[in-house]
Amino acid sequence: MTTTPTLERAAGGAFTGGQLLRGLPDAFRKLDPRSLRHNPVMFLVEVGAAFTTVLAVFLPVVGGSGALFTWSIAVWLWLTTLFATLAESVAEGRGKAQAASLRRTRTTTIAHRVDAYDASSDPAALRAPTSDIPSADLALGDLVVVGAGELVPGDGDIVAGIASVDESAITGESAPVVRESGGDRSAVTGGTRVLSDRIVVAVTSRPGETFVDRMIALVEGAVRQKTPNEIALDVLLASLTIVFVVVVLVLGPVAGFANATPSIAVLIALLVCLIPTTIGALLSAIGIAGMDRLVQRNVLAMSGRAVEAAGDVSTLLLDKTGTITYGNRRAVEFVPLPGVMETELVAAAAVASLADSTPEGRSVVDLARALQWSGDEPEGEIVPFTAQTRMSGIDLPDGSRIRKGAASAVVAWVGDVPEAARTALATEVELISATGGTPLAVAVETDGAFRLLGTVHLKDVVKTGLKERFAALRAMGIRTVMVTGDNATTARVIAAEAGVDDVLAEATPEDKLALIRREQEGGRLVAMTGDGTNDAPALAQADVGVAMNTGTSAAKEAGNMVDLDSDPTKLIDVVTIGKQLLITRGALTTFSIANDVAKYFAIIPAMFVGVFPGLEALNVMRLHSPDSAILSAVIFNALVIVALIPLALRGVRFRATGAARLLRTNLLVYGLGGVIAPFVGIKLIDLVVGLIPGL
Amino acid sequence: MAAWLLVAEVATLLVLLGVCYRPLGDHMARTFTSDRDLAVERFVYRFLGVDPRAEQSWRNYLRSVLVFSVVGVLLLYVLQRTQALLPYSLGLPPVPAGLSFNTAISFVTNTDWQSYSPETTMGYTVQLAALAVQNFASAAVGLAVAVALVRGLAARRASTIGNFWVDLVRGVLRILLPLSVVAAVVLLAGGVIQNFSGFQTVHTLTGGTAVIPGGPVASQEAIKELGTNGGGFFNANSAHPFENPSGWTNLFEVFLLLLIPFSLPRTFGTMVGDRRQGAAVLAAMATLYLASLTAMALLETAGGGAATQAAGAATEGKETRFGVLSSVLFATSTTLTSTGAVDASHDSLTPLGGFVALVNMMLGELAPGGVGSGLYGLLVIAVIAVFLAGLMIGRTPSYLGKQVGGREIKLASLYILTTPVLVLTGLGLSFGIAALTRSLTGTSILNPGQHGFSEVLYAFVSAGNNNGSAFGGLTANTPWLNASLGAVMFLGRFVPIVFVLALAGGFAAQAPRPATEGTLPTHTPLFVVVVVGAVVLVSALTYFPVLALGPLAEGLHA
Repeated sequence: MTTTPTLERAAGGAFTGGQLLRGLPDAFRKLDPRSLRHNPVMFLVEVGAAFTTVLAVFLPVVGGSGALFTWSIAVWLWLTTLFATLAESVAEGRGKAQAASLRRTRTTTIAHRVDAYDASSDPAALRAPTSDIPSADLALGDLVVVGAGELVPGDGDIVAGIASVDESAITGESAPVVRESGGDRSAVTGGTRVLSDRIVVAVTSRPGETFVDRMIALVEGAVRQKTPNEIALDVLLASLTIVFVVVVLVLGPVAGFANATPSIAVLIALLVCLIPTTIGALLSAIGIAGMDRLVQRNVLAMSGRAVEAAGDVSTLLLDKTGTITYGNRRAVEFVPLPGVMETELVAAAAVASLADSTPEGRSVVDLARALQWSGDEPEGEIVPFTAQTRMSGIDLPDGSRIRKGAASAVVAWVGDVPEAARTALATEVELISATGGTPLAVAVETDGAFRLLGTVHLKDVVKTGLKERFAALRAMGIRTVMVTGDNATTARVIAAEAGVDDVLAEATPEDKLALIRREQEGGRLVAMTGDGTNDAPALAQADVGVAMNTGTSAAKEAGNMVDLDSDPTKLIDVVTIGKQLLITRGALTTFSIANDVAKYFAIIPAMFVGVFPGLEALNVMRLHSPDSAILSAVIFNALVIVALIPLALRGVRFRATGAARLLRTNLLVYGLGGVIAPFVGIKLIDLVVGLIPGL
Repeated sequence: MAAWLLVAEVATLLVLLGVCYRPLGDHMARTFTSDRDLAVERFVYRFLGVDPRAEQSWRNYLRSVLVFSVVGVLLLYVLQRTQALLPYSLGLPPVPAGLSFNTAISFVTNTDWQSYSPETTMGYTVQLAALAVQNFASAAVGLAVAVALVRGLAARRASTIGNFWVDLVRGVLRILLPLSVVAAVVLLAGGVIQNFSGFQTVHTLTGGTAVIPGGPVASQEAIKELGTNGGGFFNANSAHPFENPSGWTNLFEVFLLLLIPFSLPRTFGTMVGDRRQGAAVLAAMATLYLASLTAMALLETAGGGAATQAAGAATEGKETRFGVLSSVLFATSTTLTSTGAVDASHDSLTPLGGFVALVNMMLGELAPGGVGSGLYGLLVIAVIAVFLAGLMIGRTPSYLGKQVGGREIKLASLYILTTPVLVLTGLGLSFGIAALTRSLTGTSILNPGQHGFSEVLYAFVSAGNNNGSAFGGLTANTPWLNASLGAVMFLGRFVPIVFVLALAGGFAAQAPRPATEGTLPTHTPLFVVVVVGAVVLVSALTYFPVLALGPLAEGLHA
């Protein structure tokens, strides 16, 4: 595949006028009352539009006047409904492009099913008979063989073999990843391609319920269930709608007492203007766009509920390794023993590490080069690190040997050296350990004489920019807890450096689970990331569990989100998106309700000014005529939906500040702005509408 | 009257209320949290067959509230209907069925709407054994429901919200009764009458005779104001010199009716363990109160029409002993507290002054509102405000650590929905059904045009919000108004109580979430602004059209 889905996703981020056009056909389809019924506010608008249309048609028959006005109201009510469905279809349209590219990976392939698998005698299924069946016929628990160049027929766990797999179809990451049986990297996803080697996979999902299928459903918005906050908001909007229906119903007879009965078209116009159409029209688009933003960041949320919960998280569990620190320790300092030249230590350590391809080994060389050491890969015999010796090094052609490794192992290796050197080394080792570092001792043997040279200080290096992010989280009221298998001393040092609030040292999976339970007892919501099978219980227990895509399928099942990039710091993005989703809903609801003030000032005087000229005092906008005033309010009500579609899709900007400041800003912009904006908007529209003769 | 006198009166009020805020608020909190019973209380519990230590679930609590109140309605109805057989009835006949129905509901719902002239309709037994008893009981029910909601907010995974019978008995015996005794003595000293001398015929200076009714007024008057009841012993209510003899008793009565509602926020803050929360609720109430008072004072002094300006002030219908501004103070306080006592005819407020009185009730009686009902009304609005504000900061909204989710919003919305729907439905039927409209225009409405409409609007708003004040001018003792207003009062009181107690039960069952930097602070001035904005916006949006047709149509001139 030349273009990866990720690139298309990124392109889907901006909002263009073209999207509106492309969304139109679907928007018209959504006008079907049966599909609109799930949105009571807009359903009511559609009923009003239909009713007004009937009125306009029969107006000449009954000999009524004001045909132009009634037709205008009818047209704009239809447009209001259409704009609402348009918002939803534009939001869905953005997901559709992603879904299409995902679907291409879902083509049926031929699976080689192992018919009689014997794990003990033939784990790699080299001799077992296989039968070729379409991947769509695979059942749960089937074992399949996938060779180089073949597509993985379904989600599963590798039971035997190791392979490099191209997962770009899902993650957009073009570099192949290694997948192997056992451990935390055994999961493969249907639709990805095996590049080398041969694996045996146990299928863990039925066809049609695979990971890719779920992704497609998610980005298309097909399985969108309403989240708790959305349900609550729906209830509020429904009650507001009911109140306004009663208000408008009562207005007829009550105004009749003063012989000021308004026409039915006017009453419908008033009703539509009062009910919260703005938020009603945009609510589902906001939800779809929120999920979409997550997908753009390569995070798949299994439910909208989880996204919302992310906004509420108050405790964040972060693994130290890979999240807070760059996965590996790095050399930061050479400490020679008394009487040893630093250059000698540097040279010895570097030479011993030149052939060491581990990140730690490379970091020693990097540091040495930074200290002006220049040397090439020496001739000689490499002594690799083993768990038994706990040392590595090199035997040079001149017969001298260099070793570096755990202090106790090196000291044992050197045997009989002066007590002073040994004590000095021990002191240094303790010093480094106390600051959370890992000491590596370096020693050399030339012509049978052993010498301790000193230590290399290896240290966990905290990722840059994390301190600021944690401070931002703290301002948002989120406590960060670092989880690590390190001892308490080391953990505390890193924690202080990274600026996390708390630390869980020497953590077992059980400790993690217990910590989450404890936090939840106190009423806090916990988010965590994890990849291993032993993380699964904690992932399931956490309110927001983000499983790494590289992780096991057990972890992916247990979590409620999957990060395709396997980047644990993304939890912070997820929290932001969750909050943004809620803020956008709240802000637009406030805006929608605040709008009603201006609409009242436009419509109420227009309705009754004929009978009570004094009410002209309420016509603060000095609108052209009663008809133009009412029509302008209706037009504003419709256009504001279109104007807010980009905001609904993009989400209200979220800054990581305290609650009070955030509320003040949003209240000013959407509350006060919501009161003022329609006064300006309706006046401007009225200036245009007033030019139409007959209104 | 000079404006400075109003300022002095308000300043005096503020000082008096400020002095009582802490001790009374804390006393009420202690009353409802203490686990000790007085001897007399133990006797009452034994009599009622109630175990004072048994806590009730919200459903049982609600059942008790409803049983107690319905029995109260039946009792009041029977007493009125059998008045002729009762002692000390001054020879008055049984109260007619429709009126008895209306009055029974009116007093049980703490509304005290009076479609009749009390001194010539109700004898002493009905006044004391029926109406005065309910003045205590209905106020205590309001207190109990408010306290139940506060307990729900303060509780932690609890399945119960207290015991209604205990709350009722303590509310009467430890709060309302002692305060009333003190208040009655002060009123007596101020010249309010207290006797059983019936009707006395006196000879006037011009040689004619006048019949002057006496009665146990002071005792009645105290609880009438303290319990935000408002049902007067005399038709003229607090404009009658026997009920309200002087300028300072007038101010004292205003103080009495504001006392408990304005002290309850302290009780709330103390009971939830965060006094700042109580202060915020108080601030919201006080802001609305002072804004409304200022508005009415300005509108009344600006006066309407040439005649008023020629006279210097809009004094028609106002008690000249107190003057326009003292009447404004009383009118604002009585309409904002669901009391409904009057010391001036609200019909005679200028159209825009009457508009303010109407708006005061439309706010939902929560600034500071009736005894108990004001606090729970404001807390329900706070729940809605918390919801919108919570969303706007990107959190699942929570109030005092309790989550505001679908259930809470449903109940709070239904609470807010109930009264406007009742009021508007009543209005719609009144003017939508020809026969009813004829009855209104033929019998009930005194004034022509939109002022007449305002009279009916006022009646329904007053009944729906359990205020009980009348615009005046409206003859409400008709079959339609007795029945419809009776129904609106009953539903307007008890349907919201159902939602409040359900809310209390839901909150009680939750474990509170701890507050963090990211939690919406609900004790800040900003939150007070949000609550005040929500109160104003909700009622303004609901009632603007009918207000436009009523006082606004009348008061705004081209």
